[in-house]
Amino acid sequence: MRKRHTPKDRLITVALHVALAAGLFFAAFPIYWMLSSSFKSNTEIFALPPTVLPKAFTLEAYAAILGDPVKLRFFFNSYFVAGAVTVLTVLIALLAAYGFSRFNFRGKGSLNTLIISTQTIPPITLLIPFFGLVVSYGIFDTYVALILTYLVFTLPYAILLMTGYLNTLPRDLDEAVAVDGGSSWTALWRVIVPISLPGIVATSVYTFLLCWNEFLFALTLTKSTSMRTVPIGIQLLMGQHAFEWNQMMAMSVLGSLPLLLIYLIAQRFFLAGMTAGSVK
Amino acid sequence: MTRQKRSHHRLKRAVAPYLYLSPSLVIIGLLMLLPMVTVIGYSFQNSAVLRRDPSFAGLKHYQAIFNDPVFWASLWHTLYFTCMSVIFHMTIGMVFALMLNSDRINPTLRNVLRVLYILPWLFTAVIIAVIWRLLLEPNGVVNSVLMQIGVIGSKVEWFSSPETALHAVTFANIWAGYPLFMVSLLAGLQGIPKDFYEAADIDGAKAYQKLIFITIPQLMPIIISISLLDFIWTMQVFPLIWITTGGGPIYSTEVLSTYTYKLAFSSYNLSQASASAVVILLISLGLTLFYIRYQKAR
Repeated sequence: MRKRHTPKDRLITVALHVALAAGLFFAAFPIYWMLSSSFKSNTEIFALPPTVLPKAFTLEAYAAILGDPVKLRFFFNSYFVAGAVTVLTVLIALLAAYGFSRFNFRGKGSLNTLIISTQTIPPITLLIPFFGLVVSYGIFDTYVALILTYLVFTLPYAILLMTGYLNTLPRDLDEAVAVDGGSSWTALWRVIVPISLPGIVATSVYTFLLCWNEFLFALTLTKSTSMRTVPIGIQLLMGQHAFEWNQMMAMSVLGSLPLLLIYLIAQRFFLAGMTAGSVK
Repeated sequence: MTRQKRSHHRLKRAVAPYLYLSPSLVIIGLLMLLPMVTVIGYSFQNSAVLRRDPSFAGLKHYQAIFNDPVFWASLWHTLYFTCMSVIFHMTIGMVFALMLNSDRINPTLRNVLRVLYILPWLFTAVIIAVIWRLLLEPNGVVNSVLMQIGVIGSKVEWFSSPETALHAVTFANIWAGYPLFMVSLLAGLQGIPKDFYEAADIDGAKAYQKLIFITIPQLMPIIISISLLDFIWTMQVFPLIWITTGGGPIYSTEVLSTYTYKLAFSSYNLSQASASAVVILLISLGLTLFYIRYQKAR
């Protein structure tokens, strides 16, 4: 169809590829730098001129992180809290989404609006009352405090994401169960859940990601080193050894691993969650 | 008998949705709406949280905040940080989306680049902050390269000099946030019917005309809703600034969230911090109302 081989056309194609390369540099160079610095010795990190590839490739930074029980505990805490919140969120959101997707009831519109608007409530606004509550109930510096507070932030997204998914499933399936005399509860577990797995996976991935990234509440509602999560651990590392850049980079790489793996394995689920806030 | 059974069934259908929603509503009610009311209450008390029987303070804490020049500086920095971030997120996201959508690149390259261009989005704010601190260290790679090509004469302390710190954190945030726009716009581009462009080709439209008269108007709903969400979320950014500059040097990167945090947990002035938190809440709610109205009008 299109005239492809005029010199002007070829020039545009070349210019486009140059621009793509520049874009790639912009997007990926900082990440490449983190990765390559994590394999350098701390003296090489500030060598002049900077070395693009580690001159003396070393795993010493990783060994330092993985050999330190205090730092391994940060990872355990992050996995444990994110895992627990994900299970709870998905269960609770699934029920709510089923209610939104399969029933008409009074107040449905306003409840939906309420849930959409809770997505934009500033975390800093809730931090002070949460701090007050957590201290007065004696759960300061515990997993419970983190799990409960994270739940509030993950739930609205999870409900919207799950409702969106359930709305794409044909209604005849669960109506068939009703015709056979089954309750809506039976229909949910026998019919809806088994075919909703992609939606459940997408919701889990996004919930896990939100928890894994959380910083403000972990910073404020925990205190002892044994309760800290990875983001706080990285900050602590910076305070303790201001110049151990290779360890900080190694910890950042290890801290990004779950998200990178999920992204590479389940890209479409990941992107579904990423645009969740904007689709509804 | 059957009628009774049917009415029983109908009652169950009427109650069921509330039962399904109840766990969520209890959590949102107790842990979101109630704390919002609580924080508003705190903002009118003296020594909120710290004392068991706080006395009523009226608007004192709001007055204190509005008379504090640091509050106004924080508001201004938040506005600068947020506006610049949203504008550049949108621009970079749009340029990347258009480039990836071009039929001049081969599909494999497109898929690989799409994965790589999303990368910044995958990193936690804390890690982004640490990466940029390493890159922008006075002895780091950015200074070294810029000095070699002669852009700067001497080492710049990007995060620790008041002239550059705000721009540096804004730049790091721009880098971290454009993929949301890119992914949403890419999805939007694929949804524009091909006949629009074919009709324009028949009329002899130039590439830029197609961009201005077809692509951008078609993407407008996405652009507006993502911009609003991005604006609300960027306004609330905390960890990136906390880790890179901590609001300093000399308040030059203080934003509303770091200002509020310091009032609460460095000065332990939880009442005044609550007042500041309420101000942030009101700004967010205003924008959210706008967003919801826009979504409903669509």
